[in-house]
Amino acid sequence: MGLLFGFTIACYIVSSLGYQGYILFQKRLVYRISNIVLWVGFICHTGVMITQYLESGHIPVYSLYETLSTFGWAVIGVFLILQTKFHLMVLGALVAPLATLAVIIASILPRPQVELAPFFQGLWRTVHLGTLVLGNAAFAIACLVGILYLIQERTIKDKKQGFFFRRLPSLKLLDSTGYASLIVGFPLLTFGIISGIVYAQMVRGQFWSWDPREIFAVITWLVYAALLHERLAVGWRGKRAAIMTIVGFLVLLFTFFLFFLG
Amino acid sequence: MAGKCHIVAIGLNHKTAPVEVRERLAFSKEDTEKVLEAMQQNAYVDEIALFSTCNRVEFLVTTPDPANAVEAVKDFMAEFKTTPRHVFESALYVRSGDDATKHIFCVASSLDSMVVGEPQILGQLKESYAEACDHGTCGVILNRLMHRSFSVAKRVRTETGIGDHAVSISYAAVELGRKIFAELDDKAVLLLGAGEMAELAVEHLVNNRARPIFVANRTFERGVELAERFGGTAIRFEEIRDYLKEVDIVISSTGAQQYVLVRDDFKGLMRARKNRPLFFIDIAVPRDIDPEINRVSNVYVYDIDDLKNAIQENIDERKQAAVKGERIVDAAVIQFRNWFQGLEVVPTIVGLREKMEQIRQKELKKTFGSLDSLSDEDRAAIDTLTAALVNKILHNPTVFLKKNANKDKKSIYLEITRKLFNLDDFEGTDSE
Repeated sequence: MGLLFGFTIACYIVSSLGYQGYILFQKRLVYRISNIVLWVGFICHTGVMITQYLESGHIPVYSLYETLSTFGWAVIGVFLILQTKFHLMVLGALVAPLATLAVIIASILPRPQVELAPFFQGLWRTVHLGTLVLGNAAFAIACLVGILYLIQERTIKDKKQGFFFRRLPSLKLLDSTGYASLIVGFPLLTFGIISGIVYAQMVRGQFWSWDPREIFAVITWLVYAALLHERLAVGWRGKRAAIMTIVGFLVLLFTFFLFFLG
Repeated sequence: MAGKCHIVAIGLNHKTAPVEVRERLAFSKEDTEKVLEAMQQNAYVDEIALFSTCNRVEFLVTTPDPANAVEAVKDFMAEFKTTPRHVFESALYVRSGDDATKHIFCVASSLDSMVVGEPQILGQLKESYAEACDHGTCGVILNRLMHRSFSVAKRVRTETGIGDHAVSISYAAVELGRKIFAELDDKAVLLLGAGEMAELAVEHLVNNRARPIFVANRTFERGVELAERFGGTAIRFEEIRDYLKEVDIVISSTGAQQYVLVRDDFKGLMRARKNRPLFFIDIAVPRDIDPEINRVSNVYVYDIDDLKNAIQENIDERKQAAVKGERIVDAAVIQFRNWFQGLEVVPTIVGLREKMEQIRQKELKKTFGSLDSLSDEDRAAIDTLTAALVNKILHNPTVFLKKNANKDKKSIYLEITRKLFNLDDFEGTDSE
């Protein structure tokens, strides 16, 4: 494991703890420091990925190791971008640990030599996997926001103005953040699947083979499509939307591991 | 030496006096002007500020003769308010010295308020101080005391979080609304029935830019009246269900014996609302809104007990914060005492001499260190010379400060002296 990658992981761990500390003690300074540390980690991580790209000549999304690391990077990236608009300060307490976990697992995974495909095929493969990783990151955040929504909804319904009620933001803010994440994730997922089909056609000469992995990919897409459709058509929001977002991500995770481990 | 100066606080508040007494002794803004002008003439009063709200009346004076000053204030109150002394005398408290300082710090920090931690009091105190400043009745001491009390109040507020959470029903409703809608701007409100608490809650929502406001009352005329007050629209009671599709917050306070809205009323309603959240605040007893409705998705129903529970926790937390706040106040009292004691003639003169002596010794050491050729006699002569210089320089200021003729402005001269020679080391860190 490279020095820079180690430093990245250290930054992520520190900022994860910092965000937890912010939830507990509600000191803005702790939040600001965690945010800065996360930015530093993210920049280092970006550096790691650029180095990897220069060394291997491909975007690091081929092996599970590369994908997990890139996934962690994308989750942080999407979070940092969302943060500039929504100021969901407590979200960091879930996002940072998730990304940290992904990166730590990546760091202990074996690093197989990836055989490079011919240029044109490689391009499609990169686009296919790259968009999917970015989409997954957005959906991961949507899922975490959904969890926060469910907690806050419960405290308000149960009339418990305690720990979470004060610390979590309003239902409206959580709902819109989740929605924004879905809106970002869905086109990426769609494009990822389409480019996958194109890639399959190129490599195998057959774009659809009733592989369970393919079937699950389509199921994932359908879950999110249904959720978004209901949202737009009848204003599906709140608790049910949050649950669907979480379910959608679980299906997505399953599909993801099916592809890499199956 | 001029007579020692004392800080005295004389007052009464919601704990010591019933409302009948408080309302008789409350001083309006016009009253205050007259009081300040009149009391300024009093021989026993040097500086004065008067602070009067619906919960308290406080006279803050500095005086060379506390006993007589207190009598003067009491006489003045009795005369000005044409109220015999026995009516209010037992309700009055008199605090002097550190106790007076602590009292005013506690008042400013809202630790002495009926609702501990309520934020209005600081603003009211600042207004009273501005009033006293306009009339020139605050001098060095009260200026300092008031400014200190403002900064102590600010510290208490930020460091203990004492005012952070709602402790009144209507405020709790607003806080809850914010947790659901994020912002109350342009959230439509429907008021069912009438009643003081419900109207207060609507007012709070209006202040938070909630609009439009609809009012439904069994008696349409009463509804129109209320709607006018909030700049809203009156609707017929039978129209409620239609308006449930439009509004975001419903405040209910009717005298109905049965539920005004039941769960069946919500069939299809949420779909028509596109699932936008709906928040019910049911202040009525017996309740207007079927509690079962709370189980409908995206609908939140809070009744009066729920709101009371919500604020009870906050009240308990404020009590804990108040203990912390008192610690901050105690520390500030000691700091203020140090400054105040320095304002006496003798400590100032001693301080001045010590400062000069320090400078003299330091310079002597420097000079002697660089001039090895000096004999012991030379050294003694230089030592005598510098000591004489210091004495001569300090002679006039010392005489001036000790002179009784300067009595009136004593504290000003002392303050200036201390500042000119930077005798208060803590001054730098102790900024306001």
